Amino acid sequence: MVLVFIDQQDGHIKKSSFEAASYAAEVAKITGTNAEAILLGNVNDNLASLGNYGIAKVHTVADASLNNFDAQVFAKIIAQAAENADVVVFSNNTTGKAIAPRLSVRLKAGLVSGAVALPNLTNGFTVTKTVFSGKAFANINVTTTKKIIALNPNSFSLITTGGIAEVVPFAATIDGAKVQVISTDLVKGEVPLGEADIVVSGGRGLKGPENWGMITDLAKLLGAATACSRPVADINWRPHHEHVGQTGLAIAPNLYIAVGISGAIQHLAGVNRSKTIVVINKDPEAPFFKAADYGIVGDAFEVMPKIIEAVRKIKEN
Amino acid sequence: MKILVCISKTPDTTSKIAFGDNNTKFVTDGVQFIINPYDEWYALVRALELKEAAPETILHLVNVGNADSDPIIRKALALGGDEAIRVNTDNADSFYIASQIASVAKEGGYDLIFTGKETIDYNGSSIGGMVAEILDLPYISHAIKFDTDGTNATVVREIDGGEETDKAALPLVVSCQKGMAEQRIPNMKGIMGARTKPLKVLEPIAADSYTSIASFDLPPAKAGVKLVSADNPEELVRLLHEEAKAF
Ligand SMILES: Cc1cc2nc3c(=O)[nH]c(=O)nc-3n(C[C@H](O)[C@H](O)[C@H](O)COP(=O)(O)OP(=O)(O)OC[C@H]3O[C@@H](n4cnc5c(N)ncnc54)[C@H](O)[C@@H]3O)c2cc1C
Ligand SMILES: Nc1ncnc2c1ncn2[C@@H]1O[C@H](COP(=O)(O)O)[C@@H](O)[C@H]1O
Repeated sequence: MVLVFIDQQDGHIKKSSFEAASYAAEVAKITGTNAEAILLGNVNDNLASLGNYGIAKVHTVADASLNNFDAQVFAKIIAQAAENADVVVFSNNTTGKAIAPRLSVRLKAGLVSGAVALPNLTNGFTVTKTVFSGKAFANINVTTTKKIIALNPNSFSLITTGGIAEVVPFAATIDGAKVQVISTDLVKGEVPLGEADIVVSGGRGLKGPENWGMITDLAKLLGAATACSRPVADINWRPHHEHVGQTGLAIAPNLYIAVGISGAIQHLAGVNRSKTIVVINKDPEAPFFKAADYGIVGDAFEVMPKIIEAVRKIKEN
Repeated sequence: MKILVCISKTPDTTSKIAFGDNNTKFVTDGVQFIINPYDEWYALVRALELKEAAPETILHLVNVGNADSDPIIRKALALGGDEAIRVNTDNADSFYIASQIASVAKEGGYDLIFTGKETIDYNGSSIGGMVAEILDLPYISHAIKFDTDGTNATVVREIDGGEETDKAALPLVVSCQKGMAEQRIPNMKGIMGARTKPLKVLEPIAADSYTSIASFDLPPAKAGVKLVSADNPEELVRLLHEEAKAF
């Protein structure tokens, strides 16, 4: 059996968990077994719909104490559900990164975090992951009987099957949490950067926070998340959670639009896995153009209003 | 209070990434090695601040690696810390490394273990969680703020799309990222002092390895940028919509 951990926030399944579910179903297919899911805490979504992503059975532990996240408590429950699992799949998001290593120790199961492809079974069990901040890939051979894979968000396409999953309660031993969540502060109404399909990002070339309207307007039109380079976050033009790059968030959206960003190697490290990269920079020598798919050499203050207008026209039609 | 900070050695962020021996080895010629930025800027500096606020605090550093790590360990000691421990091995498997750190941690009876959120070469984000599980301690990952009175800790951590504030009692394992502290530059006094601080070298304990690196690949080269004239941004939008089908 392949077991996937389904992560939720505020009672809703995260997009990255659907990707993990589809991935788990494909792993099950190539290893000749079934995919099942485990979900902890109270969820409002229709869980049978996970069948649409190839999940046969969903085990739920709808205990209110599990709305408080403690990686130690979660890992212990998932270990119980994974007793018969050959492979356990996580999304490599902040929750997965907290639980998967603990589970690895508990199950004596080798962990590949940051996976970007299905396992290769021709020579043992090998999984490709990103290394050197997206500048390269490593093929990791997992030598333990059980395996754990944490899949990078936005690196595996959803596969819908039209199936319906059986939803069953799972009787787990639940420990008392040692970590108490006092409060959560979600950036409301905005697309979470790590899961965003499109990201519009600004750098020091925008001169000041008062000019960010052109970034946020375009983002709003495209349903995109906003991001920024590190100096922009360091000088508090933008909140630090928007900082992408080597020391910020690493993202892999379908479309990354960089405005007034030079494209330093440390910035590229966080965005180079984006499918399509667009660069708007007034300096033709800006290193970012070497990593870009499309670009305009020009002044953002002149170019951006026209881009916004053109997108608006398309969206209105 | 006793704090242990885990320090790893990584290639400088501007290093050229190339592989040799049939794509099985990272080519280190001309590569400069540094303290992993998350370990240096955030984990170590926050630990130093805690020690400055409570001078009786004992602060140790641990690295799992061979003698090539010594320069970066000395650099870390130049920033601060009382002594360093290096577990002498070349094994790079996460579980193996975590087992070594857990063994050092158990021996030293630390109240607080800091790691970086990830190494910038392997990008595992896993050592902290593994150490916590081996020691049966709570683990708070992706911390952006950390405060403690020596008994309890309040930690703000990054979560998907926001932040979360947690409370937990020590002992505790925490992985650190941006927000925890500000980068520091070692001063002359620190550099001189670091030379005489103890750097203990321990032989590794027996532990399993769960994974190994079979080979590396470089991403396929980009086709090259398609430039659109600044007079015609509408054409860029058309290309993104119709050719790239990006929105
Ligand atoms: C260890 C380390 C880690 C780092 N980690 C990160 C990281 O995670 N993320 C990150 O982003 N950086 C990181 N950096 C910093 C990085 O090296 C660069 O300094 C930074 O990315 C530059 O930000 P920027 O492109 O916004 O600013 P600048 O380098 O100042 O570039 C501004 C750009 O805007 C262009 N411009 C100016 N005016 C206009 C205009 N009117 N219209 C259009 N374009 C204009 C300029 O031509 C220029 O290319 C790191 C550095 C180090 C040493
Ligand atoms: N060889 C090592 N020696 C000491 N600490 C390490 C070592 N490798 C990783 N760490 C610590 O664990 C963190 C996460 O590493 P990783 O799980 O490899 O991404 C790093 O930021 C370090 O703090």
